[in-house]
Amino acid sequence: MTLFTEITIFVLAAFVGFEVISKVPTTLHTPLMSQTNAIHGIVMLGGLIVVGYANDPLEYVIGTIAIAFGTINVVGGFMVTDRMLGMFSRKPKPKADADGKGGS
Amino acid sequence: MIEAVLKPGGDAATALYIVAFSMFIIGVKRGTHPTTAKQGNMVAAVGMAVAVVTTLLLDEVGNWGLIALGLGIGTAIGVIASTRVQMTEMPQMVALYNGVGGGAVALIAWSEIRHGISLGEEIPLDTLIPVLFAAVVGSVSFWGSNIAFAKLQDLIPTRPLAVPGQQAINVVLLLGIVAACVNIAVNNGDPSQAIFIAILIAAGILGNLVVLPIGGADMPVVISLLNAFTGLSAAAAGFALDNVALIVAGTLVGSSGTILTMEMATAMNRSVSNVLFAGFGGAPAGGGAGDGEERPHTSIGAQDAAIKLAYADSVVIVPGYGLAVAQAQHAIKEVADELQKRGVTVNYAIHPVAGRMPGHMNVLLAEADVPYEQLREMEEINPEMPRTDVAVIVGANDVTNPAAKNDPDSPIAGMPIIEVSEAQQVIVIKRSLSPGFAGIDNDLFYEPNTSMLFADAKQAAADIASEIGNL
Repeated sequence: MTLFTEITIFVLAAFVGFEVISKVPTTLHTPLMSQTNAIHGIVMLGGLIVVGYANDPLEYVIGTIAIAFGTINVVGGFMVTDRMLGMFSRKPKPKADADGKGGS
Repeated sequence: MIEAVLKPGGDAATALYIVAFSMFIIGVKRGTHPTTAKQGNMVAAVGMAVAVVTTLLLDEVGNWGLIALGLGIGTAIGVIASTRVQMTEMPQMVALYNGVGGGAVALIAWSEIRHGISLGEEIPLDTLIPVLFAAVVGSVSFWGSNIAFAKLQDLIPTRPLAVPGQQAINVVLLLGIVAACVNIAVNNGDPSQAIFIAILIAAGILGNLVVLPIGGADMPVVISLLNAFTGLSAAAAGFALDNVALIVAGTLVGSSGTILTMEMATAMNRSVSNVLFAGFGGAPAGGGAGDGEERPHTSIGAQDAAIKLAYADSVVIVPGYGLAVAQAQHAIKEVADELQKRGVTVNYAIHPVAGRMPGHMNVLLAEADVPYEQLREMEEINPEMPRTDVAVIVGANDVTNPAAKNDPDSPIAGMPIIEVSEAQQVIVIKRSLSPGFAGIDNDLFYEPNTSMLFADAKQAAADIASEIGNL
């Protein structure tokens, strides 16, 4: 990819981000922040790539920590968002009598 | 042994990355609507799985043992942390996840520089500049997020911690970082790794110094801003590694985080630069009349509160971070249930920055099964305040402080508030008269129609609920 192709992608993605997100009810701000937070965990791909050409102990350590950090960001981020949103999805049926009080 | 099948930058890999980032965009889009949000999160997660598997199939990927180790450690920590975390601790959790993301970016940048040095070749500028950017922003984000985490977790004081000559030090650090980056670019081909490490350290100190002076009340804005920063640094890493999935996903987060940050700052009637550089409450308790002295106030018990509430027609509950800390959301729901049984109208007034993140209160109350229709936004509920018999404030403080409206000299002047003082009666459930996050006194506590109920929010709510039941 040439630099200018990448810059084009960058600019378009920035506009997509603004457009997609500009109308969010405040209720969803926390889950949405958490979800986008999980998405930037995509840096773990960078970790997977650089560890491939690591060739001394320090680089092994750096690469492994980078992968671990990125994985925490991804796995934790998506799971926590799912937990938060799970609380909203129970809501459409608040009067459900047989609400089994899912004690977790 | 897994057979590497995809060429980096090849058609198949790129096509799969396009699938992945399309799923991110769809996921975020769905995340903006209550009914589709959960599904949206799943879509984005599947997109991430596609991106990871695609990367693992690239033929430049190796050192499988290390990859397995990193994935294993990361998954274990991520799963354990996210299943154990309390809903009240969500802001800290996001700060921490954000921090490790930034840390990963900085480490990847370091790895890239070492790779360049070991090859002994010049790194092309369109790789080197993004690498340096990623290193600086990733490091700022890592350390800044850790400080934000420590403040929210009460490991360090939440009040603004000012260092003398703060601004000057920040400027010097920033100039130093720029100079060091130029030095690396000029000595391209044989750059000094020590200078690169110095950049990482200086950026880390800068991250500390930028977040330390920011008071607890502004933490949501800061976390959101750092989230955007990490996104941008991930995009920079994408430029360096010629990886389209990283560029799109990172940029998407960068622009969404920017919007959230501005919305939050607007809700507090402050600009982002004001949050970052003004040091909330830097002038200690500006309008505070007689700090040490106790001003006259009315104090009541749970029984009196129960009577006031039970014989009201309409009650508005104003939850704040104190409710979250005391885990009082279920107890408050019980009070509301008891009142509704008696035919009292109950609503919840949610300030945009109640709690420590926008929407934080909504999540907590949703956890306690409070019906969606009862959660009312500030603009919607304020006009109804004069017709409200009793406003109950549970662990909220600054968002109800009339000084924001009445005292132009107050540090929070102009911040939109829930106008509880318009209600016929106000009950404040709070441990003490101590000031809130912003560190300023609340005149509401001393108004004639305000009654203070000094207690732990959860205990007080439980007591009130049982007293109402006994009436």
